[in-house]
Amino acid sequence: MSDYAQIEKELLVRPLTARINAKLPVDIASYEATGGYRAIRQAIKELSPADVQTRVKDSNLRGRGGAGFPTGVKWGLVPMGPDAGSKYLVCNADEMEPNTFKDRLLMEDAPHQLIEGMLVAAYAIQATAGYIFLRGEYVKSAQRLNAALAEARAAGLLGDNILGSGWSFTLIVHTGAGRYICGEETALINSLEGRRANPRAKPPFPQIAGAWGRPTVVNNVESLSNLAHIINNGADWFKGLSQGKSKDGGTKLYGASGRVKRGGIYELPIGTTAREILEEHAGGMRDGYTLKCWLPGGASTDFLMPEHLDLAMDFDTIAKAGSRMGTGLILALDQTHNMVSAVRNLEEFFARESCGWCTPCRDGLPWSVKMLRALEEGRGSAEDIVQLQKLTRLLGPGKTFCAHAPGAMEPLQSALKFFRSEFEAGIAQTPAPAAAGAPATGAASAKVA
Amino acid sequence: MTDTVIKDTVIKLADLVGQPAAKAEPFVLSDAEKHEIEHELTHFPDGRAASIEALKIVQKHRGWVPDGALEPVAQLIGITAAELEGVATFYSQIYRKPVGRHVVKVCDSITCFLVGFDEIKAALEQQLGIGFGQTTADGRFTLLPICCIGACDKGPALMVDDDLHYDLTPQNLATVLEAYK
Repeated sequence: MSDYAQIEKELLVRPLTARINAKLPVDIASYEATGGYRAIRQAIKELSPADVQTRVKDSNLRGRGGAGFPTGVKWGLVPMGPDAGSKYLVCNADEMEPNTFKDRLLMEDAPHQLIEGMLVAAYAIQATAGYIFLRGEYVKSAQRLNAALAEARAAGLLGDNILGSGWSFTLIVHTGAGRYICGEETALINSLEGRRANPRAKPPFPQIAGAWGRPTVVNNVESLSNLAHIINNGADWFKGLSQGKSKDGGTKLYGASGRVKRGGIYELPIGTTAREILEEHAGGMRDGYTLKCWLPGGASTDFLMPEHLDLAMDFDTIAKAGSRMGTGLILALDQTHNMVSAVRNLEEFFARESCGWCTPCRDGLPWSVKMLRALEEGRGSAEDIVQLQKLTRLLGPGKTFCAHAPGAMEPLQSALKFFRSEFEAGIAQTPAPAAAGAPATGAASAKVA
Repeated sequence: MTDTVIKDTVIKLADLVGQPAAKAEPFVLSDAEKHEIEHELTHFPDGRAASIEALKIVQKHRGWVPDGALEPVAQLIGITAAELEGVATFYSQIYRKPVGRHVVKVCDSITCFLVGFDEIKAALEQQLGIGFGQTTADGRFTLLPICCIGACDKGPALMVDDDLHYDLTPQNLATVLEAYK
């Protein structure tokens, strides 16, 4: 029992991973023994849906899927009242942002924490049904979540008239069949409805007209996993978790990968510096490797340099430095990596994953790959670099239907800014002046070391 | 053009009506497939929502989704075959061509790319004798690229069917593949 008391103490510091770090079994008994399902029981008994919304709004929990939109504010648009009809809560568990592996941990090793979080959210907006939109490749997550859902149903925490409250809520796991674009909120809703995952126009916002035309809230796994803790301990406790490192509240699942010594996920106060994450928690770069630059939180964020390491990893600070915190999982690039190759790989990913709905994205991304490949293979031209620079504008915010192409431009524009010489090195050598009259074909095959 | 020619043409077309297309294979959903798809329908307010799961059910039983499956599945969930085909061709994990007994899906996203994807790809191509999008002659493996599979701290990574494998090297690949007969 003292083990449980220890875990409950630890939950006040590292709410998301205290149970995981203690290697607590993932079953409902262990979860409840450490305070699990206390929040939803209390909410149903003592709090109105409006109270829950207020508490979450006050906590200033910002969406952990990458955009950082305040969760409570997002809920605030949902029509409430006895005549509001069917409403849906969807968990965005379509974790496919390259270099993101945090939601997998929360689903595999803390499924009940997510389910309770969804119950809290569903109660707050009075949702009638919920879906965990899980990528099909996360097989173990699906198994763990389905087992946990069965336990929760058996305990009367899901289904009709939950805990005698008169409120009914069903929750199932829906697994996808690939395609990164399904993580975009409105594309996800189309996919949930069994359609091609093209994004939808906003407005209307999903909170007004989402799945099947009904009010729908889509929240990320990590955002939802925080909710039971906020109900248990209050908005002020949550704000205090950042220990003054950020004006945002809470902890954040940060991560590190690339050639670091100890890659992984670390739950730390939001606003922890990138240096602390990389040097202390990830143990720094492996011997023989030095940090060249880093992506703060996924493929769709701008590269930052070693001189940015002392920045607080929160949404506003990283945005001010010209990037985005995104998912908060740092990818370290080292001196062996060529930036043209890295960006070519990134743009190939975005080109392949474009849904094809709007022309700039569908045609512009493959075009960028073509030019990047030419530069990578030393047969590019100066015009390619000019054109790539133009694309960062033409595929930028406001020019496309959704955020896919603008996201794709972030690593490209920052690589062009910080590492222009590597792009220029890919320009085919022009023939020496003496041979100016020679056919240009010879130049095309020239390789640049 | 004369009336005779037109008449001949009409007769020839009329002869073809009701004839099966030369290569169409008869397709019948099994009871198990039907039962599983019907169960999926209970989860959503609208039959269309079961489309992806229905395609995955057919794929689970047959390895891939043949053209012939579209009409009966579409009927079962209440949409047109054309709409279902639109869905089937959109999602990368629905296979529209036969695949091998095991599908090897290699993560080619940025993190794996930076820590050794090219070497893994070359080793796989060499050991299996095929490239991406191809199936070995003995029908054992199909090789495909896949988006980030969330094992970035342990890359390079790949999946064989539903199993995740990570910390791969060109040397340990053979051991990984050995388990799949």
